[in-house]
Amino acid sequence: MIDKDAKFLLEVRGLSATVAGVEILKGIDLTVRAGEIHAIMGPNGSGKSTFAKALAGHPAYTVTSGEVRYQGRDLFSMAAEERARAGLFLGFQYPVEIPGVSNSSFLRLAYNTVQGARGKDELDPLEFDDYIKEKMRLLEIPPGFIDRSVNDGFSGGEKKRNEILQMAILEPRLAILDETDSGLDIDALRVVANGVNHLLTPENACVLVTHYQRLLNYIVPDYVHVMEGGRIIKTGDKALALVLESRGYDWVIDEHRAKGEEAATA
Amino acid sequence: MSAVTAQHPYVEALLTGSRQLPALPVSWLNARRGEALERANALTVPTPRDEEWRFTDITPLTRLAVTPLAAAPRLMMADIAHLIVPEASAHLTFVNGTFSPELSATAGLPYGVVVNHLAAAITTHGAVIEPHLARHAGFEHELFSALNTAHLHDGAFVWVAGNQKCPTPVQVLYLSTQKDTAAHPRCLVLLESGAECTLIEDFVGLADGAYLTNAVTEIVLADHARLQHVRLQREARTAFHIATCAVAVARDANYVSNSVTLGARISRYNLNVAEHGEGAACRIDGLALIGGRQLADTHTSLDHRCPNTVSEQLHKTIVNDAAHAVFDGKVLVREGAQLTNSAQQSRNLLLSSKARIDTKPQLEIFADDVKCAHGATVGQLDAEHVFYLRSRGLSEARARNLLTYAFGAEVIDRIPVPSLVESLERIVLEQTQTES
Repeated sequence: MIDKDAKFLLEVRGLSATVAGVEILKGIDLTVRAGEIHAIMGPNGSGKSTFAKALAGHPAYTVTSGEVRYQGRDLFSMAAEERARAGLFLGFQYPVEIPGVSNSSFLRLAYNTVQGARGKDELDPLEFDDYIKEKMRLLEIPPGFIDRSVNDGFSGGEKKRNEILQMAILEPRLAILDETDSGLDIDALRVVANGVNHLLTPENACVLVTHYQRLLNYIVPDYVHVMEGGRIIKTGDKALALVLESRGYDWVIDEHRAKGEEAATA
Repeated sequence: MSAVTAQHPYVEALLTGSRQLPALPVSWLNARRGEALERANALTVPTPRDEEWRFTDITPLTRLAVTPLAAAPRLMMADIAHLIVPEASAHLTFVNGTFSPELSATAGLPYGVVVNHLAAAITTHGAVIEPHLARHAGFEHELFSALNTAHLHDGAFVWVAGNQKCPTPVQVLYLSTQKDTAAHPRCLVLLESGAECTLIEDFVGLADGAYLTNAVTEIVLADHARLQHVRLQREARTAFHIATCAVAVARDANYVSNSVTLGARISRYNLNVAEHGEGAACRIDGLALIGGRQLADTHTSLDHRCPNTVSEQLHKTIVNDAAHAVFDGKVLVREGAQLTNSAQQSRNLLLSSKARIDTKPQLEIFADDVKCAHGATVGQLDAEHVFYLRSRGLSEARARNLLTYAFGAEVIDRIPVPSLVESLERIVLEQTQTES
């Protein structure tokens, strides 16, 4: 939902970042307002996941230039955990397995940590149990799921559902979902997408990083961005995703290159 | 008894007590004890020059001045009540190696389950004991097993008749209460065909100062028998603990071991599992959680002698301060043991820059159609794991604490006794958490 008067949640200006000395992000600009859904698409290696992780504060990425404001604050002055407490959520492409920690105690610990930071009441195990059951119903997650170790031995689809369950519990202002659709069959995709749709309000926003248009049939974006070579090279509406699906990325890249040459010769 | 003196004054001192042991009413056992004494006299004390003791220098142990046991302290049931696992239906308690009937309880066991001390059982179950006692834990080349066997006059005895199940765990508690002493606890577990049991062996130090526990456990599983063996070593941090457990697993029998090492200044645990029947299987999980200047050495040998045998092993160590953990894991697949399936993992977490781990997984395969995997990791916490937790709002210190806890909890969670899981998880929490 686009509302030009809505609050800015995320303002990215000229963001460049390196991993192990290699420049992956080369000047990204992106503005996300409350209530909006953005899709970032692009070929492999275009920097989509790097962008998502850099926003969440992954220590492997070094920001070399540019600025990111999150709800008006300088995002890079905040530690990863501060960003999470302030409502930034990253749904991982590859959620890690943590044998030895039950999913329920992990979820409660995360919930209470974030609640505490937001000045809200923490929940004891029984209260949390009631709270989480509601969220699990929404995502059609079976009850035994939270008694297992975090992601340990989960199928790809179960891991992704667990990410969205965490999103449901932490109630983020800005959710960045990194290839949440990969590894999901069509039924799981529908369930996960329904869950995400249910969680979106005019107060929060979502950035979907995805390879495929398929997800966007279920979660309809307000903006579709094409990323290539560490930059956003084209932005359109949901119709752009359909064109990308049928024609691929090459034409966008060619178009961008032609524009660049035009600008150079002009 | 032999009048020969041992090669090393230290061994001689350890053997002094054995020469005063009364003869047993069974001649075969006297003979076996005599053989062990002869071997103990002949064997030398292992040093780091011996491959099997390369990383474990027991020189401090050889300096232990072993004095005879003073009169056993008066321990009351109330003194040890906190050590008794509530789930256990029976427990045998040994104080400094001596059976304590007043601290033991064996009433109400189901039909076909015998839990008693060996000195009594040898008169009632001599025929089932004779083929096995001191037959599985070799002492020909093993000084400490020879020393233990030379002292053999009592011990724990667990026997489960064919197709009988002991529904609740049996606990054997070995308490050490006196410094400058040596105890040689012994345990024999016999599960007949199709029998099932859970055994908890618990070594607890109630004394400060140096002492030696030198234990030998023999476990014999007949066809289709199943044993869950939980072993806790929580000796005093000033103690020496050396133990050998020999397990014979027959056709389609199943042995599961969870061993947790927390105590002792220097400890060495040898676990030797022989799968000598087709379809035999074992799962061996271990955790050593040490700090200070502790040294914890685990040697395991998983011997696949028959086709279709399975072994699965996860050995973990968490090493803090200037402590040192050693793991040597042999997996042997003998000629003809086709379709063996073996997976071994050694995973080690170093919490300080002075902590040390030596790990040596070894595969020896003499069959050509087998599936064997092994691997070892040594290091600090995975940065991706830490980031994942931070991205959910946890502080870095909190994330690290949780991951360290989880590293240990993965092994502890597999223990089939809930009260032990709970108390051990608390210990892991207490010993791994830094200020957040």
